[in-house]
Amino acid sequence: MTAADLAPEPDGLRDTGLDEATLRRWLARTWARPRGLVGSLSTVDHKVVARRYLVTAFVFLALGGLNAILMRLQLSGPERSLIGPDLYNQLFTMHGVTMMFLFAVPVMQASGIFLVPLMVGTRNIAFPRLNAFSYWIYLSGGIFAWTSFVLNMGPDVGWFAYVPLSGPEFAPGKRADVWAQMITYTEVSSLAVAVATIVTIFKQRAPGMSLDRIPLFVWAMLVTSFVIIFAMPAVMIASTFLILDRLVGTHIFNPAEGGDALLFQHLFWFFGHPEVYIIFLPATGMVSSIIAAFARRPVFGYLALVLSLIAVGFLSFGLWVHHMFATGLPKLGASFFTASSMLIAIPNGLQIFCWLATLWGGRPTIRTPLLFVLGFFFIFVAGCLTGVMLASVPLDLQAHDTYFVVAHFHYVLIGGAVFPLLGAAYFWFPKITGRMMSERLGRWHFWLAFVGFNAAFFPMHIVGLWGMPRRVYTYPVQMGWGPINLFISLGALVLFASFVLFAVNLVRSCSRGEPAGDNPWDAGTLEWATSSPPPSYNFSRIPVVTHAEPLWAERESMPVAEGLRVGVRELLVSTVAEARPDLRETSAGTSIWPLLAALAVGGTFLGSIFTPWAVVWGALPITVALIGWFWPKGEPEDES
Amino acid sequence: MRPSRGFAAALFLPAFLAGCSGWQSALDPKGPAAEELARLIWFFTLLSVAVWLLVMIVLSIAILRRRRQHSDPLAVDARGDRIARRVVSVAVGATGVVLVGLTLLSFFANRTLAGIGTQAAVTIRVTGHQWWWEVRYEDERPARVVTSANEIHVPAGEPVELVLSSTDVIHSLWVPNLAGKLDLIPGRENVLRFVAAEPGTYRGQCAEFCGAQHAHMALVVVAEPRPAFEAWLDRELRPAHPPPPGVPMAGQDVFLGRGCMMCHRIRGTLAGGTTGPDLTHLASRSTLGAGTLEMSRGNLAAWIADPHGIKPGVHMPVMGLGGDELNQVVAYLERLE
Amino acid sequence: MSAAVRLAVLATLVLLGGCDREQRDPRPNARRDTDEQAVAVTTLEPGGERPSPSDPKAQHFADNAYQMSEGKRLYSWFNCSGCHANGGGGMGPALIDDKWIYGASVESVHATIRDGRPNGMPSFGNKVPDDQIWQLAAYVRSMAGLASSAASPGRNDDMMARPSENRPGAASEGKSP
Repeated sequence: MTAADLAPEPDGLRDTGLDEATLRRWLARTWARPRGLVGSLSTVDHKVVARRYLVTAFVFLALGGLNAILMRLQLSGPERSLIGPDLYNQLFTMHGVTMMFLFAVPVMQASGIFLVPLMVGTRNIAFPRLNAFSYWIYLSGGIFAWTSFVLNMGPDVGWFAYVPLSGPEFAPGKRADVWAQMITYTEVSSLAVAVATIVTIFKQRAPGMSLDRIPLFVWAMLVTSFVIIFAMPAVMIASTFLILDRLVGTHIFNPAEGGDALLFQHLFWFFGHPEVYIIFLPATGMVSSIIAAFARRPVFGYLALVLSLIAVGFLSFGLWVHHMFATGLPKLGASFFTASSMLIAIPNGLQIFCWLATLWGGRPTIRTPLLFVLGFFFIFVAGCLTGVMLASVPLDLQAHDTYFVVAHFHYVLIGGAVFPLLGAAYFWFPKITGRMMSERLGRWHFWLAFVGFNAAFFPMHIVGLWGMPRRVYTYPVQMGWGPINLFISLGALVLFASFVLFAVNLVRSCSRGEPAGDNPWDAGTLEWATSSPPPSYNFSRIPVVTHAEPLWAERESMPVAEGLRVGVRELLVSTVAEARPDLRETSAGTSIWPLLAALAVGGTFLGSIFTPWAVVWGALPITVALIGWFWPKGEPEDES
Repeated sequence: MRPSRGFAAALFLPAFLAGCSGWQSALDPKGPAAEELARLIWFFTLLSVAVWLLVMIVLSIAILRRRRQHSDPLAVDARGDRIARRVVSVAVGATGVVLVGLTLLSFFANRTLAGIGTQAAVTIRVTGHQWWWEVRYEDERPARVVTSANEIHVPAGEPVELVLSSTDVIHSLWVPNLAGKLDLIPGRENVLRFVAAEPGTYRGQCAEFCGAQHAHMALVVVAEPRPAFEAWLDRELRPAHPPPPGVPMAGQDVFLGRGCMMCHRIRGTLAGGTTGPDLTHLASRSTLGAGTLEMSRGNLAAWIADPHGIKPGVHMPVMGLGGDELNQVVAYLERLE
Repeated sequence: MSAAVRLAVLATLVLLGGCDREQRDPRPNARRDTDEQAVAVTTLEPGGERPSPSDPKAQHFADNAYQMSEGKRLYSWFNCSGCHANGGGGMGPALIDDKWIYGASVESVHATIRDGRPNGMPSFGNKVPDDQIWQLAAYVRSMAGLASSAASPGRNDDMMARPSENRPGAASEGKSP
């Protein structure tokens, strides 16, 4: 690598004509991950950021699970005095907030951050520094929420914090402010990743990967990202209004001065319903990928599945009032939401039927990832059906705010998102780390999780219809709910044990797992075309795609595109529909500014729960960080 | 090997059936509204179980069936796919038809429920407070308006209208044996109409998280035949009996002198506080502390001595009464029938 | 590294203030009465000020968010507005200003409410339990801006008669903190 190598090309050496070894040396140097503490804090490699997200999200899963175990210990018998009401209220709020905002959405987005650039055949995610920034903001938000909980300042008003309970009069102290600001951290993080994901999917696909050749997981992440962009602003508005009411003395939710307590519910649930689809849709993508690989055939009904994803994305915005059926809204309006809530079962059902058809037509090999997908069917379909029950206004008036609803949403969230996620973990662990997870431990994990989950959550349907409301820290002896609650608590312990086993499997497999090759499952999508784990530059040459399952279509050798520079971080931008190669685009390199910007923004958010002046003073370090981030680097403009 | 469904059913069935006759159970309806809802619950449940079983059977067959081996994953069976397309289309169509049917069913159930309880015989205004229910029996004649707490008496077999509101946070009134729930929202009034078909006592509970003692905010609905209801209302309208001399009279002095009257009202005495529950006929109620304790001498003493030991965070403070004062005031209060 | 450690320790200490401020104890010290501790009306004396004795119960209440919000509820329940309006005063003196006739410490305010004062302040010691008087005293101080703004109550869900207690007081209105 001397100056002479660089001399021939006017704008730098291209990869045309280079042999593989030289090419890899150049790329490894250009795309090198920086070393040292500062280096690791400045990396913008999407795979490193995604791994951090995944590890952090699983830590929050464990913490949220501990919350749940403590709750279940308190509820294991009537009138137990293990945990008092104040701590219990903080526990169930932290459980909901941790699972929904700090685990479920980030882990799904993180899977996208890792897999989408690999699946579309590009070198890095779009806006890599924004991606890194989103992780630091997410981490700050999580640390903020949990530190507050440790300091007795954890929110205790429920994960959806209805006013007036979370308002200035009835929620003394800073607890509800912590809730409102933690939402701001995580929503900024999600929006950033959503934007980066959409641009990656639309503009950075490998040549030939037209819209009808995009893997279903990538479609799912695309639809999810659009849903995030349209839904998150509603909750940011709700939480901002709440903070304004609490700190500044506005009257947005104060009926006595012209405000409305129900406005908060509308704003929150306008986000809250799409939120659960934000969690569920990526899981459908995971299911599609796993079924295709294990049924040994492309998924049946590609077009139908894509249209279902888009339909669910749209329809999810029309359901929110089904969370408010008991508030006394006019019955005719509420019935409209019954119709729309039932309607969304059609595209969901179509997805299920297409997957069943795939399994029917293929020849499934039962391995741990597929076991979890089968568990998904068992549990999620049940959850879907209880959802149809709850969609009916009159039925919901008996079941709303009881353990029946708790059972329903755990069935759809754990069955519909966590089980596919666990299957995806076994499926893609080899790609991320280069080693296989233990199949034996995996089967034990699955059965413990399956039995524990059903034992814990199925009886909740029953006890909810027997009259047990949600969010109670204890219940009277004479109600007769004791035995069934004891059974539920034992099931919860088994479920928790399954997660411990999963953690053991993860840690052991990191160091002692069987080395995986590039494509241990013989799957068809592009992420399996590179080594496990992928090099920092993902692909030595950008592949050219001729089929929706490129690795199955081109078994002998993969056609590739040439012409990208090797001395500069460069990737290929293609057109939106046909993915014809369009531009060469530089990709941002290592930078410490995302971390500094996240510290500035995070500090401003933290200060603003104590005084509105924090927003004013915080704007200064934010400005400095953004100036540093965007300082022009003086590189020549790219040519086509 | 999946756990057999028969095993699961055998495990859950006895537990499931035990709740069928239950206090505060939605599956034990005692009024036309709750009956309609219970029918709906059963219908939806059975339909859901049938659909779920169908999907599981198809899944099991899909996994277990024998088929020809193809080494090339892209070699798809065109005929098989065509059949699959038809089957999936039929399945989606059937799903749509079923869902439309369920939507219509739900819509008509809504209409049935809206027709129950119109032309109310009794109007009762229920106001939610943090962790107790204020109950006011309305009447056009102001002299027949009376306020009580935590227990709602209604005439059996007649339509009743509850006007719901709240003074602080959002609560939700839910008496599953009688009707679906409805929220009590500050700044709004919601109306819940129902009919208690048979005389009886029905327990309800707050069903919207309302703070520290949401778990202990229960209420009791007592349905009585019309003559008994009228007799009860007449008794309720009377002011409190003057206490006999001795310990109960001393108890009244403690009540008035030691601060209880700052929050509570006992009609017929000087105590006129409105921030806490009305105690004029306290001893005629079956529970204490919004359904937390049964009404009894010992529970009354325990509650007054330390309400936070039973319901921590409740707005009633520890009054700090000495042993004699406590005895006296309990002797006074248990006579307030 | 040691600079980062020091910063972390400092931040932890600052945040640890959250522990006590957010504690929610419904009956912090339910003894029958406070010890009859002499509470000075004024601390001035010839030769300089003498320190005002502090009651050990006071720390549970002053600057505790839950206790002050309970005090705010009791202020309205026990109709303190009857004489003091919403803090602006009427028959009784204003509570939101910085003029304290009998002392501004939480012990002094507690003694005022419990024992009454000349010129019309009734004694509530017999009617209101001691813990509740402490709650009221803590709240009254926050009305004058003497309690930390992180713990002071916000506005009521009611019609507003004055700015809420967690806003900066009149003395610092318009100035940056």
